[in-house]
Amino acid sequence: MIEITHYLCIGCPLGCRLEVEEDEMGAVVEVRGHSCRKGKDFAEREHHDPRRMVTTTVAVHNGVWARLPVHTTAEVPKDMVREIVRYLRSLEAAAPVERGQLMVADVLGTGADVVASRGLDAE
Amino acid sequence: MTRLAIRYDVVIVGGGPGGMSAAIGALEAGADRVLIVDREIELGGILNQCIHNGFGLHHFGEELTGPEYASRLIEELLDHRIDVATDSYVLDVDADRTLTVASPSTGITRVQAGAVVLAMGARERTRGAIRIPGSRPSGIMTAGLAQKFVNQLGYLPGRRAVILGSGDIGLIMARRLALEDVEVHGVYELMPHANGLTRNIVQCLHDFDIPLHLSTTVVGIEGSRRLERVAVAPVDENFEPDLARATEIECDTLLVSIGLIPENELSAKLGLRMDPTTGGPVVSSTMETSRDGVFAAGNVVHIHDLVDFVSQEALLAGRCAGEFATGRSRPADNIRLLAGANVASIVPHTISSDREHVVYLRVRRSMEKSWLRLGEVYEKRLRYVVPAEMVSLKVRPRFLENFHGDALKIDIVPREEPGGDDE
Ligand SMILES: Cc1cc2nc3c(=O)[nH]c(=O)nc-3n(C[C@H](O)[C@H](O)[C@H](O)COP(=O)(O)OP(=O)(O)OC[C@H]3O[C@@H](n4cnc5c(N)ncnc54)[C@H](O)[C@@H]3O)c2cc1C
Ligand code: SF4
Repeated sequence: MIEITHYLCIGCPLGCRLEVEEDEMGAVVEVRGHSCRKGKDFAEREHHDPRRMVTTTVAVHNGVWARLPVHTTAEVPKDMVREIVRYLRSLEAAAPVERGQLMVADVLGTGADVVASRGLDAE
Repeated sequence: MTRLAIRYDVVIVGGGPGGMSAAIGALEAGADRVLIVDREIELGGILNQCIHNGFGLHHFGEELTGPEYASRLIEELLDHRIDVATDSYVLDVDADRTLTVASPSTGITRVQAGAVVLAMGARERTRGAIRIPGSRPSGIMTAGLAQKFVNQLGYLPGRRAVILGSGDIGLIMARRLALEDVEVHGVYELMPHANGLTRNIVQCLHDFDIPLHLSTTVVGIEGSRRLERVAVAPVDENFEPDLARATEIECDTLLVSIGLIPENELSAKLGLRMDPTTGGPVVSSTMETSRDGVFAAGNVVHIHDLVDFVSQEALLAGRCAGEFATGRSRPADNIRLLAGANVASIVPHTISSDREHVVYLRVRRSMEKSWLRLGEVYEKRLRYVVPAEMVSLKVRPRFLENFHGDALKIDIVPREEPGGDDE
């Protein structure tokens, strides 16, 4: 079975519709639909190892706001995003927090750390 | 709490990225008494609630989250001596540049400014602006308000949401709610195309299997105290909904994301000349409005999609305000810019032929290969233009060396030529 997967290129606003064709062994035979190199690279990356940055919040005790924005220091596998966000929802930080402060090291074994996106004063 | 002085060189209304960058510009230009006034409890403006990444690639050379971008600017300001009045609302700016500032802790204060920079940002269009028929239950709010609830105040707007409008804020909130395990039923867009960036369509909708329904709108709202359901229907090419094909969706939350409008109450009170195509004041190449010594920058002038351009524009406005306040000024503009084919709006409205300018344009409709033409003096190939992305054009003095008119029209026209990939 030849399998074709579709992607929408996010490289620029042209939004080319990309196709990745795979043979029976799961090897990529051809990438089609791109208008430039960036699109081809994007399709290959999305096909083999899609990754995303995670940005969310954690609850914070005694801060000027109830939530502290945090982000991962590297992209993580796309299918782990939800799990990471759920895990972070179970945490509570305490103000004051400094920008860049480490919240979780190597979150769920992805190799990426989770750090504070901003500083937050205590109330 | 900062005790306000009676006189400042430059007073900036609004402490978002626009206001903060303007302050940095004013200091660079040699103004030494600078004040920023903001009604919120901290500097940063709308960026503090935009916790996603994608900011700063141009200005800081790396991809930052909104709060990081704001923090960088705040840290830059801390290196300087400047006054900041938060939790303070500017009620009025007079033609002689006296500002009336109201604050719960210090009451009403009047402050005299050598120059003023307006940087009040924008507000979201509300449901009222589009008139959805039906009752007025709770659970209907702008996407930006929901963003503040979730990201700063820490509570969810509901359990089952429908989003009206496919602008970037709506798309970002669709993902945000999905990540918080709110059921997002779908995004409904009146136009036959999405308004947001492709990146957001992919990473906010496709990643979370949230459907996008084009040429569809909300035609009814039901619920006594809390929203219980909405009705959606497809629209024809004249945007008339086909009520016979309406369907109902159970939901307790409707987020409205139908665009931003510049926050110009103060500008109107001041009697500034306004541009109906941008919704903001008419500005010269120094970002000066129709009132002497009153400058403006950021979303208050025209809606930006990239905060980096806000910073750039505001640095210039701040520098020129600083120069004005310290008794210097640049040669006046001598050329008006006129919107031609496929150009919806232009900022600034005038330029001068003796120096370099960055001109920002918004197009009316998407176009692939095209020419951007500045009168007959300059042309540039563009590979694509879309209404969601501002086009910027650097106008250099050498383009204008042999030009002696007083107005230049900017057109974006199709470029028909075989093959050839450029830029
Ligand atoms: C939800 C959302 C998502 C976005 N996503 C992106 C993105 O991914 N990438 C990107 O580059 N850009 C993004 N942007 C755009 C970017 O954030 C804005 O262009 C930028 O913040 C505008 O800056 P500003 O300083 O003009 O306005 P604002 O940040 O809105 O600041 C205006 C400030 O003025 C204050 N103010 C207004 N009136 C008064 C008054 N009378 N007295 C005192 N204070 C007053 C307000 O409290 C506010 O703090 C996004 C915007 C929004 C709303
Ligand atoms: S393939 Fe190239 S041209 Fe097409 S959307 Fe991607 S980056 Fe843009």
